[in-house]
Amino acid sequence: MIDDRLRVLHPKYDVVVAGGGPAGLGAAMAARNAGAERVLVVDREAEAGGILLQCIHSGFGLHHLGQELTGPEYAQRILQSALDDGVDVLTNAYLMDIDNNQNLKLLSVDHGVSILDTRATVLAMGARERTRAAIRIPGGRPAGIFTAGAAQRLVNLNGVLPGRRVVILGSGDIGLIMARRLTLEGVEVAGVFELLPHANGLSRNIVQCLHDFDIPLHLSTTVVEIHGRDRIDKVTVAPVDDHLKPVLSKAWDVPCDTLLVSVGLIPENELSRELRLRLDPTTSGPIVSSTMETSRDGVFACGNVVHIHDLVDFVSAEAELAGAHAGRFASGVRPPHDNVRLQPSTNVSYCVPHTVTTDQPHTVYMRVRRPLEKSMLRLRDNEGAVVHERRLRYVVPAEMVTLKLRPGVLDGFQGDALQVEVVPR
Amino acid sequence: MSNSLRDVVVVGAGIVGAAIAHELSRYELSVTLLDREAEAGFGTSKANSGIIHGGHHTDTDTLKGRLEWWGNQLWDPLCDELGFGFARVGELTVALTETDLPALDRLVENAEEKDISGVQVWNREQICSAEPQVTRGVIAGVFSPHTAVVNPYEAVFGLVEAAVANGVTLGTNCPVSDLRHNGDTWTVTTPTERLDCRFVINAAGLGAASIAHMAGIKGFEISGRKGEEYLLDKRLRHLVRHVIYPCPTAVTKGTLVIPTYDGTIMLGPTAEEVDDLEDTKTTTAGESNVFDGARRLVPSLSERDIIAQFAGTRATIEGDDFLIGTTEAPGFINVAGIQSPGLTAAPAIARYVTDLLHGEGLGLTPKSPLNRIERPVHFASLATDDQRNLVDSDHRYRRIVCRCEFVTEGEVCDAIERGATTVDGLKFRTRAGMGRCQGGFCATNCIELLTRELGIEMSEVTKRGPGSWLVLDRPDTDVDSADDSEPATEAS
Repeated sequence: MIDDRLRVLHPKYDVVVAGGGPAGLGAAMAARNAGAERVLVVDREAEAGGILLQCIHSGFGLHHLGQELTGPEYAQRILQSALDDGVDVLTNAYLMDIDNNQNLKLLSVDHGVSILDTRATVLAMGARERTRAAIRIPGGRPAGIFTAGAAQRLVNLNGVLPGRRVVILGSGDIGLIMARRLTLEGVEVAGVFELLPHANGLSRNIVQCLHDFDIPLHLSTTVVEIHGRDRIDKVTVAPVDDHLKPVLSKAWDVPCDTLLVSVGLIPENELSRELRLRLDPTTSGPIVSSTMETSRDGVFACGNVVHIHDLVDFVSAEAELAGAHAGRFASGVRPPHDNVRLQPSTNVSYCVPHTVTTDQPHTVYMRVRRPLEKSMLRLRDNEGAVVHERRLRYVVPAEMVTLKLRPGVLDGFQGDALQVEVVPR
Repeated sequence: MSNSLRDVVVVGAGIVGAAIAHELSRYELSVTLLDREAEAGFGTSKANSGIIHGGHHTDTDTLKGRLEWWGNQLWDPLCDELGFGFARVGELTVALTETDLPALDRLVENAEEKDISGVQVWNREQICSAEPQVTRGVIAGVFSPHTAVVNPYEAVFGLVEAAVANGVTLGTNCPVSDLRHNGDTWTVTTPTERLDCRFVINAAGLGAASIAHMAGIKGFEISGRKGEEYLLDKRLRHLVRHVIYPCPTAVTKGTLVIPTYDGTIMLGPTAEEVDDLEDTKTTTAGESNVFDGARRLVPSLSERDIIAQFAGTRATIEGDDFLIGTTEAPGFINVAGIQSPGLTAAPAIARYVTDLLHGEGLGLTPKSPLNRIERPVHFASLATDDQRNLVDSDHRYRRIVCRCEFVTEGEVCDAIERGATTVDGLKFRTRAGMGRCQGGFCATNCIELLTRELGIEMSEVTKRGPGSWLVLDRPDTDVDSADDSEPATEAS
């Protein structure tokens, strides 16, 4: 474990980063490298690194670091780099309040209640898991219902098991990873049930976590009732029709003592709401410019708090951008104003960032609504004329689509909005 | 617990039994309070709407009608003494059609009959300006300033704690298995002990009929009327400021829109007769009923904001009134059929029952002075300077256990010291796990703290008592014992 205990907490910072996961640590380093003198990362847990610390499987860092690491390894790398770069990291700390003048109230184990101020803030609080209530499964409230991430923490960090026979609802990546993890621990995984007609996790996880272990994946099927008084003893599952409504006449019971719910993540935007930032109803995260600045000057955001990423590598890339601009903002450099809005159009649910400039290169992240075999990504102007297009291979909602807008691509574009579509080719 | 003769054994530590035990603890008496669950209030009381009704919804010709208004007025001093979440937010019963209007008149008449002041008829403009989210289709309403919201489980914990501080013995995980009358005294048997006592108070809620049968008393049965409730995200705080009631029907007060003490919005309850008294399942039909009903009052409500759903079962008896009184068995007193407005009436029921006991020959010598309990700290609502002082003197208040509800380790440890033994017990005492992530982040923290503070293994921690285990120890991976362990069955 790296000694990151922060002995001195300053009353003034150039940049304060809320959240010490890969997004926060990456942003903090970038802020230092962009010239910010004092940069503070505030993290709730005893150790910085965020959710990576419980992701003991490998597969991290292939894009960003060019090697395959486990979650804790990846976290350790970036934490060490951040500390080497002179970032202050305050763990066991909670950002209680933030006001419009960027005054912060902190509660921390090492320093008690502290009031600080900062010139710029980066929001990197990550996401939380959707729960059983969010998807409204009827039935009782016995013990034995966990979100997949909570179960992951129990198994990987506490060294205990959530049960003996598990049903997993939702084919999100954490659920898939847990299907494999629990199987390796000798727990029986009765099956993974997915409401949609397609899997929700990365293809590599479907193969490596389910197929390789003969764990059945039931598409277009969902849990319709939870049974059991003290501990869950079975679930009723049913196929769904084209409108995703369960067909109860075809329901069956699956005995189990545990239900893991892996039905997606929601950005943690309590601070964003407190700051009255404009939020995107699709991502539930703040609306950001091409510098990852939110609707409030000097407040930047990156990582899962903006939109849910599949790979930590993309989080790190986004964090560098946000951190660098926060660092520059703290030194008095105002970010350039964007002149083009990106509007999700056919088969695109959202784009991040929400705006770009025509004279800079950008990386735009987006998700499609439906899978397509061979497709074309097009940017159209308001009259429908194609401004830019790119061929894509197989696209699925579970895998983020990345569009690199190289310099010159938007040269000569005069409009103020671009429609973004991903359509069959 | 000692084997000496107790004055009173109260069976059932829900809001009613707790209030009775607390009332009796004011006197020089030996009292035992028993509950079959792992902690007090884990039956119907925890799954309650948490409303202290204004008193004008019931007629005066029923016992519950008389006890409701009396109970309403007893809540402020209780809250002052015990420090649970309680706020007099007031209520609005709204009429949406002309046919609703006679029901409003009845409310005003009830208030007049009971001498309840301040109950007023409001017109559409008054309602719309006080409650902008209420449907524009409203035509009139009745306002009462007396209606309050309370965290019912906190009230139970406060009552029990104060009772225990004043000499009451609490036995949890103690289902009564036998009741025997021996001339002058009763013997109450639980799995762990036998208690001799002069009086038995049957406040067993859903179990009241079985307890009465054990004592040889027939004449009533308990039926279950389930109520589903839906809690919405705190983001909607202040969506409504009063408890909003539709005009009542014969069976139920209807679906209410409730601004809870904690700032969430609660919708419910349904009223469904159920055969299984243990049935606390939520249903798709119940959810539709609740949201259809609630949206008639406040159209902007959406299922998307649900953070939790639960159900509780009201213990009802034929005739729908409370059944409180002595029985043919000397010294055995029934307090049964305490459905809505049972929470409201509970403090009055406690006084009423104490009077009954006195009438039966129980001497009441006031204790003096009474021990006061310390109010639980709610860190998030303290002023910054008070927070500073607290964290400087006790470092456990520096660590956040539940991020959604902002609960510190100090509060969780305090709850354990006050008697919490389960994850649900911590949740109901501190709100850890009650917020929007529903324990996704903090359940593990709570399990770890219970493990540390109670000196038990994680696999011994339960959600709400025996059977509701949460985690298992990993099988021993030593080579020797690995041979004994069963291989994982292949998934079908």
